[in-house]
Amino acid sequence: MAGKKFSRTWLTPVVAVLVAFAIGAILIYLQGADPLKAYQSLFSNAFGSWSGLAKTLGKATPLVLSGLAVTIGLRAGLFNIGVQGQLIMGAFAAAWAGYFIQGLPIYVHLPLALLFGVAFGAGIGLIAGALKAYRGIHEVITTIMLNSIILALVDYLAGHVFQEPGQILARTPHVLPSATIPKIFSLPSGFFFAILLAYLVWWVFQRTTSGFRLETVGRNKNAAWYAGISVKRSVLIAMAVGGGIAGLGGGIESLGVIGRFEPTFNTGLGFDGITIALLGRANPLGVIPGAILIGGMRGAAASMQFDAGVAPEIVDLILALVLFCVTAPFLAKWLKSTEVGAKISSGWGN
Amino acid sequence: MKKFLSFKWSLTLLLIVITGYFYSKDGVITSSVISTALIFGLPLALAAMVGIMCERTGIVNIGIEGTLLFSAFVGFFTASATDSDFYGVIAAVLAGTASGVMLAFMSISWKMDQIIAGTIINILATGLTSFLYKQGHTAPTTSQIDIPLLSRIPFFGQVLFMHGPIVYIGLILIFVLYIALFHTSWGLRSRAVGEHPGSADTAGVSVFKLRYLNVSLAGAVGGLAGAYLSLELVGSWDRGFTAGKGFTALALMIFGRWNPMGALAAAMFFGLTQAVTNQLMFSQIVKIPDQFVNMLPYILTIVVLAISAGKVRPPAAEGQQYEKEQA
Amino acid sequence: MSALLDITNVTKTFPGVVANENISISVAAGEIVALLGENGAGKSTLVKSVFGMVRPDSGEIRIKGELITPGDTSGAIARGVGMVHQHFQLVPVMTVTENIILGDEPKRGIFLNMKAARAEVLALSEKYGLEVDPDAFVEDLPVGTQQRIEILKALRKDVDLLILDEPTAVLTPQETDDLLQVMRNLATSGVGVLFITHKLREVMAVADRVVVLRNGRVAGSTSPKETDEEGLAQLMVGRNVVLQVEKGEAKPEAATLVITNLHVNDDRKHLAVNGLNLEVCAGEIVGVAGVEGNGQRELVEAICGMRPRMSGEVLVSGEATPDMHPHKVHSMGVSHIPEDREKHGLVSSYSIEDNLVLNQFDRDPFAKGWIRNIGALEENATRLVEEFDIRTPSIKTTAGALSGGNKQKVVVARELSQDTRVVVAAQPTRGVDVGSIEFIHNQLIAARDAGAAVLLVSAELDEILSLADRVAVMFGGKIVAILDAKEAERGLVGRLMAGLSA
Repeated sequence: MAGKKFSRTWLTPVVAVLVAFAIGAILIYLQGADPLKAYQSLFSNAFGSWSGLAKTLGKATPLVLSGLAVTIGLRAGLFNIGVQGQLIMGAFAAAWAGYFIQGLPIYVHLPLALLFGVAFGAGIGLIAGALKAYRGIHEVITTIMLNSIILALVDYLAGHVFQEPGQILARTPHVLPSATIPKIFSLPSGFFFAILLAYLVWWVFQRTTSGFRLETVGRNKNAAWYAGISVKRSVLIAMAVGGGIAGLGGGIESLGVIGRFEPTFNTGLGFDGITIALLGRANPLGVIPGAILIGGMRGAAASMQFDAGVAPEIVDLILALVLFCVTAPFLAKWLKSTEVGAKISSGWGN
Repeated sequence: MKKFLSFKWSLTLLLIVITGYFYSKDGVITSSVISTALIFGLPLALAAMVGIMCERTGIVNIGIEGTLLFSAFVGFFTASATDSDFYGVIAAVLAGTASGVMLAFMSISWKMDQIIAGTIINILATGLTSFLYKQGHTAPTTSQIDIPLLSRIPFFGQVLFMHGPIVYIGLILIFVLYIALFHTSWGLRSRAVGEHPGSADTAGVSVFKLRYLNVSLAGAVGGLAGAYLSLELVGSWDRGFTAGKGFTALALMIFGRWNPMGALAAAMFFGLTQAVTNQLMFSQIVKIPDQFVNMLPYILTIVVLAISAGKVRPPAAEGQQYEKEQA
Repeated sequence: MSALLDITNVTKTFPGVVANENISISVAAGEIVALLGENGAGKSTLVKSVFGMVRPDSGEIRIKGELITPGDTSGAIARGVGMVHQHFQLVPVMTVTENIILGDEPKRGIFLNMKAARAEVLALSEKYGLEVDPDAFVEDLPVGTQQRIEILKALRKDVDLLILDEPTAVLTPQETDDLLQVMRNLATSGVGVLFITHKLREVMAVADRVVVLRNGRVAGSTSPKETDEEGLAQLMVGRNVVLQVEKGEAKPEAATLVITNLHVNDDRKHLAVNGLNLEVCAGEIVGVAGVEGNGQRELVEAICGMRPRMSGEVLVSGEATPDMHPHKVHSMGVSHIPEDREKHGLVSSYSIEDNLVLNQFDRDPFAKGWIRNIGALEENATRLVEEFDIRTPSIKTTAGALSGGNKQKVVVARELSQDTRVVVAAQPTRGVDVGSIEFIHNQLIAARDAGAAVLLVSAELDEILSLADRVAVMFGGKIVAILDAKEAERGLVGRLMAGLSA
């Protein structure tokens, strides 16, 4: 019984990924390149070497966290599609705290800077959450709008107010060593932290009353209210925690990978969180394999262009296809029943 | 839909008075600003029509952004390849229809959650266009058509009768949609399907077919809006150039209470704010960093939604799957 | 006379349930055939098959000799079949006229001809003696009027066969009699009538023939001349039916639930509960009788903290209950069996285990602080499933997979297994099979005997009359009479329910 369920649970995302890659192969071929060469380059660069793996895991870290953020929202019946903005906000805030606050030892400065990232990301999530809880505005619209607002805002801040002196490029000064995340065996330690967080989130949903509250709100708002659960509070918590986790992801990027904030530092991460969450069937642990896969793909995309002459945007396309395949018919019914029992399209009037 | 809000009418009156004042001060600039308001607002209005046509029939359409992006892309590159803006527009409309059919398929036949379906359309559109995009292409854009006689009228001539063809088509389309929705049997049935599908079904109306039809037609309208963006208003295509218009359109639809005329008015108002801001920036009257100007439409969208919240009544059955067989 | 409607060997199964098995019925022109059966016997499913709302797995349906394509709604309409649905298929935000013309609108060119439509509606209204205002919005109309619109909608085209699905559920006894007369008139004029109900009285009053369904099969076919109510009841449930529940004498003590001068608004901001006073003592069952739509739902919701009180008080053991906080009211010892179990009572995708602790999940022993105690959950569920006879493969089964009766038993189990001072039961046996109905009734009596004050609100007069120690009749938002069980005679209560004086 358990075995049957396991294979049914994981077969569909695997099949979806395979189908998407197959279609991608066709498109690559039509563009005049060799799909096998392209995929081989992609995977060997992503997973085939220690440095490749380090890059993969580094890219996977914010993805795990974005996926977690979306997953928490989904469980509570919300579609937090704005994790990208929350992540960027957190990245900026952490980078700023990383260089602006001086004279602290690493074991104070680093957590503090990360905390800035969490707080600002959570703040954005909270705005969207409040608009939903108190005005009934659907979070899909508000978070996408907030995304654009944040992008413009940090662009301005990094280019004018907090710009690195003497630089033409818009970016903040490099963070101090006391705020840089150290590597473990030259593997990004942020990744392992993200894994731990995923387990923590999973455990909260399985075993705690808070998790039960969020879950119940996601499945049946009316019954939840009737049972004494505050729906408004759950919405706020889910959006704030999601935003905070996304912000943490951004913080880790700034402090562990890039070392500063550059407005152009990530482009595709936004919707990847959604793909990862849905690939993982809205299960907090399920985001890990998806994040690693996508992290690998994105990290190795540039070398794929070099080796096989395929535009790196193929990754965007394949991921879009993965999302499409994952939510296709027989899966849509599955999605509705157990893990993602949430009713996301509640319309605009709440 | 039952009554005119006097707030709206007094606001309109105020705007007319203000416009008249500025016109007396500087006719050229004022006409230009109002005219710009129209051309900025039109794609939003058309995109809002897409939303209205879908939601009135009960389908929530989050994928308007993707439809705009995709059809703009197809239109632009078809026009470039065929060296004809006409074929470009046709191609865009077809592309839009295709995205509509796809949404219909996913949400009606596959019974997918409609918000996820719309998001998939957005992501697929972004991924596909991003991958296929090649820089450096140009395409013939549509030419302005001045309506004889009418375009000579001072002020109104410039504002209403000296535009590209899609503006005219678009405005007529919106008006036709309004009439159709409230005065034809298609409109009555569509609205019934969106409010209480069972009532239509038991009266012999095919909920399934009507939803498919409306969502696909809506896609076509979205295609027209996309064509307008790449072939008339902007004249080029770039990644992300739709800049959230598809989502703003939803806010306008809600604010306009799912009524084509209401959405049109809201879109025009939106266009006006952008036109005015541009003019202020251009004339150096106000100096705000670019980024904040860019933020304005998004902030405004949220504000519009926050105002309408709680007071609006969406079509009762929207977002829900219609299941015939219930034990 | 050839049959208008010929249903032959129709079978329809839904997952886990055989709704119709090999059913054959016919209705001739000018004949009133009653389709009788209790909740869940398969009546509605059968009729939906005729109308194309449901596709039968096998069998044939012929109308005037022509075979109907399964699932084709317009096929039935086109052949002159009209249907009055149990749950009205009307668009609330549209006018009466728009609702009636939907699907076959009078036109002028491509435009709707609303003038002609209005005229048509008025003419129809006159012809059948069913008064309606063509320009009113359906959502503003009372339920009885809405039904008139349903009927007019069905009669609009020349129908040869009219199907009515539980039409009297929301009518007063007087309105019911009016409706039965309309049916007789139709039959006299040559229309065939298929009339679905579970009310024996109506069957005896108006039917020419009766077909009884039980558990999806035809249990028997007879006519009022050949049988009586007991006979029909026997066919309906297949054994000697005890129409009265067995209960001992009530021993009421102090008044536990005291409601004073309560005013509550409905969803459209109209006053639904209008100065209501009622007391329920520990150890008694007070049944609130009344036609649906007289404020009962609003009353129940206000007592349980689900609807704001405009004015007035609700006291439980002397303490005032908080407004709009169902959980706090619950913790004062008020157990509630909600009217809409899918909406408020259960989370369908949760297991039975989780549902059984839905409103106490964060309390000892089900949680220690932040952490939930899975062992305690399992123990509780195993015990309750046994005690309340919940038929399920396992305690981990999702509640949504259970039958209506068992779902309701889960709710009842949860509510009645906690310490209760007051039990508020709203339509507790709606959509529940007979075996579970008996069980739930016995549970309510057990709660009463254990000292709880039980408030029973039900649209089924029989249920009230058999369970209640005192009967309170609700009309127009007020309690218009309180009768002792002995004095509560059906005709008297019926008149009071209709607002007439005793």
